[in-house]
Amino acid sequence: MKTLKYIFAILILSVSFVSCSDDDENTSVEVNPVEGLAMIYEIPAADHTVQIYSEKTALEVGYNEISIRIKDKASDKYVTNAAPTWMPMMHMETMEHSAPHTMLKNDEESTVYKGYIVFQMAGNDTEYWEIALNYTLNGQAVEETLRVSVAQPADGLIKTQVFTGSDNIRYILAYVNPKDPQVAINDLQAVLYKMENMMSFPMVENYKITVDPRMPGMGNHSSPNNEDMIYNAASKTYTGKLSLTMTGYWKVNLKLLNANGDVLKGEDVTESNPESSLYFELEF
Amino acid sequence: MKALIPVFPLKGMLRNYLLCAMFGSISVPQLYAQETPVDSLKLIHLNEVVVISEGKQLDHQKQRKPLSTLDEFLESSRSISMVKRGAYAWEPTMNDMASERLAVTIDGMQIFGACTDKMDPITSYVDVSNLSEAQIGSGQQGAVFGNTIGGGINLKLEKSNFRPTGWNGSLETAFESNNSMRVFGGELNYSDEKFYLNTDAIYRKADNYSAGGNREVKFSQFEKYNFSVNSGYKLAANKSISATLIYDEANDVGYPALTMDVSLARAVIGSLSFNQDTLFGNFSNWESKVYYNKIKHTMDDTKRPDVPIHMDMPGWSETAGFYTQANFNKVKHHFFFKWDGFYNKSYAEMTMYPANSNEPLMFMLTWPDVRTKDVGFYAEDHIPFEKASVKLSTRLAYHSNTVADDFGLNSLKIFYPEMEETNTRFLKSFSAQYHKMLNDFHFNGGLSYGERAPSVSEGYGFYLFNSFDNHDYIGDPNLNTESSAEANISVTYKKPTFEITASANYFHVFNYIIGVVDNSLSTMTIGADGVKIYTNLDYAKLFNVSLSGRYTISNAFKFTGQVSYHRGVDDEGENLPLISPISYRSAIDFYKNQYSALLSVEGAGEQTNYNPAYGETKTAAYATLSASFGKRFFINENDLFVKTGIENILDTNYSSYTDWNNIPRMGRNFYLTISYSIN
Repeated sequence: MKTLKYIFAILILSVSFVSCSDDDENTSVEVNPVEGLAMIYEIPAADHTVQIYSEKTALEVGYNEISIRIKDKASDKYVTNAAPTWMPMMHMETMEHSAPHTMLKNDEESTVYKGYIVFQMAGNDTEYWEIALNYTLNGQAVEETLRVSVAQPADGLIKTQVFTGSDNIRYILAYVNPKDPQVAINDLQAVLYKMENMMSFPMVENYKITVDPRMPGMGNHSSPNNEDMIYNAASKTYTGKLSLTMTGYWKVNLKLLNANGDVLKGEDVTESNPESSLYFELEF
Repeated sequence: MKALIPVFPLKGMLRNYLLCAMFGSISVPQLYAQETPVDSLKLIHLNEVVVISEGKQLDHQKQRKPLSTLDEFLESSRSISMVKRGAYAWEPTMNDMASERLAVTIDGMQIFGACTDKMDPITSYVDVSNLSEAQIGSGQQGAVFGNTIGGGINLKLEKSNFRPTGWNGSLETAFESNNSMRVFGGELNYSDEKFYLNTDAIYRKADNYSAGGNREVKFSQFEKYNFSVNSGYKLAANKSISATLIYDEANDVGYPALTMDVSLARAVIGSLSFNQDTLFGNFSNWESKVYYNKIKHTMDDTKRPDVPIHMDMPGWSETAGFYTQANFNKVKHHFFFKWDGFYNKSYAEMTMYPANSNEPLMFMLTWPDVRTKDVGFYAEDHIPFEKASVKLSTRLAYHSNTVADDFGLNSLKIFYPEMEETNTRFLKSFSAQYHKMLNDFHFNGGLSYGERAPSVSEGYGFYLFNSFDNHDYIGDPNLNTESSAEANISVTYKKPTFEITASANYFHVFNYIIGVVDNSLSTMTIGADGVKIYTNLDYAKLFNVSLSGRYTISNAFKFTGQVSYHRGVDDEGENLPLISPISYRSAIDFYKNQYSALLSVEGAGEQTNYNPAYGETKTAAYATLSASFGKRFFINENDLFVKTGIENILDTNYSSYTDWNNIPRMGRNFYLTISYSIN
């Protein structure tokens, strides 16, 4: 009888374990596609709303990853066939210009259209950024223009460089990763664009960006095993390695080289030259 | 190298009889007694035993300086030198090898310092007040205490061990003029055949000392106190349990040779033992112990005037371990077996405060929570023949290191992207010693081989600043095991009143671990000259030779002398750092009718074999002269002992090769010690 009791107890236990794991599986299916993102704008319309998300709580100068969802009020569902396009535009007092940006794509999550914009400058009361959105909804072409505020990064660190290279071309270099730097060898990622004209910012491929992280607060201490950033055709970004030996303030000194190896911007860090004119700043 | 020269031979005999009574194993000592009367009763044959305080009531008058620090006691040993970074926490070296190449234990317990800069050798966590002796084994003769290259030191705690002495106690105080060191100590003991309890406490406080010529050495102060409790209970006639607890704390310790001081160095050391006279009929002196200790060490630069950057550097070291050991005698074989193991956690961090307070703090793990596991088996066999004996010994150990902290692992992966978090080794040691007696000559010779794993700093240190050579050091987790082939020889000529010993040893150390400059790396410490990576050299050679003698002039007067020479070179013939030049010491002892006196000279020749690459400069020759005088009084049944002395009588301003950054040593110093024992 005793053994029977034990067997019975074990059976009950195992059943409850099984049912537990079932529950877990059910909940894990429902992943919020905009989990961890902040909705920074919502554009209401008669039959739909447009939601704009970012990792940060506001748009900042530099690289901004942006996710857009369009909700059809009739079906109460996020549309997957809106095929949106966008165009950022800076309205200055005497002129207008655009900013480097990618296409919006929903290949990761069918209801979320993702892309990024590199804002070169901050807006103010008289000069401001607008994003023009074009998309189709229920067969109708829709255009929305959204005035957005773009501020300098709250931490005051420079992660975007707009400069004229020695080839007299204007370049825009923006830091992408690591977003959360570690005392480790970090995967370093940046995007590089050139300014063809006010409206056209093509991506620059096959250049090279050298990496020399330094701690000015520690006698310009550097770290080993950094790798220069080279163009990665798959991610369409420049990727390299960034070693950070401790937490604190780091200045990542950079040099931009074209495909021929000519230096377009930046200098070597030496005893007499403690920093390059091309750099990113990090704090963690 | 078995010949054992107790520092105080008369006392050595006494101790041996006590040991004999304690171990209760009469047959072994008798066998030994036939060949070498001096060290006849030591069950583990060691090179040297420095007596510290066993049976204080009897021996104070024999001690040169009763309440001196443990460091000074160890320095009086002929085989140990002390590396000094200030007045406190000296680091013992043996055969010109320091902590990482030595096995240093307290009563058989493995303890590891918590300071990345070797500011807390474990010898700094005990005090003479609770020690009876330091057992010293050179080279693989020290393998009984752990994996070693240079040798082993075991600091034996003082215990009443069921001697029927009843209650006794003592009060002690000492004062030293040079650094106004005040020492207050006391102990209270009870012991009978069934139970004993030893308690003691000691407090030391010293101000800055002055070097010769009355030049103050700033930041050389210290303060420390130490409590210990030892107790034993006899479960049956042949069975007993005992327990030990030591609490040691030092505060406000200055390190004049370094850029930082220490605000706290604290150790809690505890153990529980079980002893049984016999086991399975054939084994004797079975002793088993479990132990635990925890050390916290906090460096402090807030009192230094011009630090380029303020930093906090706390470190922790925690060790749990056990050993069980027994003797086994079979006809002519006297075996000793020991099985031991420990688990250590070493963690240290550094936080730097940037000059611009808007910037975030700079943080790094200097020891990435390294977990060391070690399980070893030691065996020795001592085989006496007529007028000769052979000792064979071996230690086989499994040793592993694991980096438990991800932050630390990722930090090290900056240098070693492919490193594994765990590193496992099998460590071996073999030794054969031969002793032969020919009339008045004793001949000793031995060959041995030993291995050691890299220390936590050598394997996993992350930007450890060494002020000696002004370099940052980085460990290498992929270091090879260091191994050593060793040969030693000694000849003693012994007459009742006269004894002279010539001895030499040679270590051929393969994969010798030392910091090698890597010019591609950028310094971390502001003002450092470069970065060194711990690296295996193909080999290094270390050679030590010494001549020592003793002459009993009369019943009252005794003369002792010693001169030694050391040489250490790496695989390219370059000098190794911290190798002693010719050094000598000599003393005349007087003892009669409760009066004792001593005149001693100690010195070294010019250090010609130094290496600037390791931050060494040539150290000049020096000699110092010291004297002491003591008197023992009996007051009723109690015992009052007064000892006074002068060290460095001529107030010489000097430093030795062991002095970190050539910080000068103490100038003229008067001391007075008073101890009162209530029996």
